Amino acid sequence: MSAKKETLGKTVAVVVAVCLVCSIIVSGAAVGLRELQQTNAALDKQSNILAAAGLLGEAKTKKDIATIYDAKVEERFVNLQTGEYVANPAEGETKPYDMYGRVAKAEGTSTKVEGSPAGFSSRANVASVYLIKDDEGSISRIILPVHGSGLWDLMYGFLALDNDGHTIRELIFYQHKETPGLGGEIQNPEWQAKWNGKQLFSNGDVAIEVNKGDNRDDQYAVDALSGATLTSNGVENTLQYWASDNGYGNYLKKQSWKS
Amino acid sequence: MADTKEMKKALFGPILDSNPIALHVLGICSALAITTKLETALVMSLALTAVTAFSSLFISLIRNQIPSSVRIIIQMTIIASLVIVVDQVLKAYSYEISKQLSVFVGLIITNCIVMGRAEAYAMKSPPLMSFLDGIGNGLGYSFILIVIGTIKELAGFGTILGFEILPLVTNGGWYQGNGLLILPFSSFFLIGGMIWFIRTIRPEQVEPKE
Repeated sequence: MSAKKETLGKTVAVVVAVCLVCSIIVSGAAVGLRELQQTNAALDKQSNILAAAGLLGEAKTKKDIATIYDAKVEERFVNLQTGEYVANPAEGETKPYDMYGRVAKAEGTSTKVEGSPAGFSSRANVASVYLIKDDEGSISRIILPVHGSGLWDLMYGFLALDNDGHTIRELIFYQHKETPGLGGEIQNPEWQAKWNGKQLFSNGDVAIEVNKGDNRDDQYAVDALSGATLTSNGVENTLQYWASDNGYGNYLKKQSWKS
Repeated sequence: MADTKEMKKALFGPILDSNPIALHVLGICSALAITTKLETALVMSLALTAVTAFSSLFISLIRNQIPSSVRIIIQMTIIASLVIVVDQVLKAYSYEISKQLSVFVGLIITNCIVMGRAEAYAMKSPPLMSFLDGIGNGLGYSFILIVIGTIKELAGFGTILGFEILPLVTNGGWYQGNGLLILPFSSFFLIGGMIWFIRTIRPEQVEPKE
């Protein structure tokens, strides 16, 4: 590199030019692809909800997912303290309501979580729930978003209940960072199938457990994952928190979806 | 203009003769983390190859204009921009995989191979050769990642690209998945083994004893 290139003016000019070109390329890509990305993110969420609803098998192509979702899934918003339905908190805004977004931490829209081992410090006051309608239009399943701390990080999932409000149909985790092959087995269909038919409550108290043993005949317990004690504990804490009155407890007692 | 022989050398040399991972031992970090499944390893290879090739091309195009006092920063700016573009494209066209790769796409910026080729080759070579050199080194990286990804996925999950080869005990088969090989650090053994293998068939790569 020769010395004549090293004047201050030239250095600044080259830096500015490079930055300008790069920023144009980056913002061009971000703006140009935003719509596709949002569609993808929405589709991903819809397919997870359909999986919890047990309807994903019907969808053959990506288009089917949106069609089935529109036909069978209704999103409602629940005030967790009262258990009553409320209007969409993000009504009129461009982005859909995200209970894990800013509202989960901001004052006024969130509640501090104390004394729970579930692993997060605050949650949104209003939660999204997804009601699955059967062909006659009556509600067959309720899907509740749940999250809680696993071994490495928060795990996000959907808990699907029967319309009696206490029989578990599916528990799927769609986002987690558990160790593949050990804690990651929470995504194994064989393990997921063990949740079908288990009861969330016993005489009105949260009773569901994840513990060692086959538990095939125990309607309140599911066999823990071997080699993944902390993940299994995390799943148990998550469910116990969200089934309690701090979580969806009030909503599930009122059974608002039946009225 | 470079002749075909030189171009071939730039393109295919880095696969065995001067492999960025096996010979220069660069870019180990991402090779450890994302090789648990072959699919992520493939996408990561593609992403890194694209970034290395285009960053080398652009840096080489303006190499005579880059003041040497700020050359590293300019290289970083170009590389970082390309990485963001790749990340955006992945999110738009392959959302599932971009979720799995998560932070590692962003970490291509810190992958020593990209910077290393920009600084060592693209700053002194014409654009076409730099581009080929970038692709070549990307291929070298891909080669190692694909081999390791295949071994880890087969031994750990009994599958290749998601297709079941060895039925797992947990799914009612006979194969007990190897938990050790699923964990990121097992790539150390595998990469070490590959370096040993490559240096056995190419003894000239063995470093002289001190």
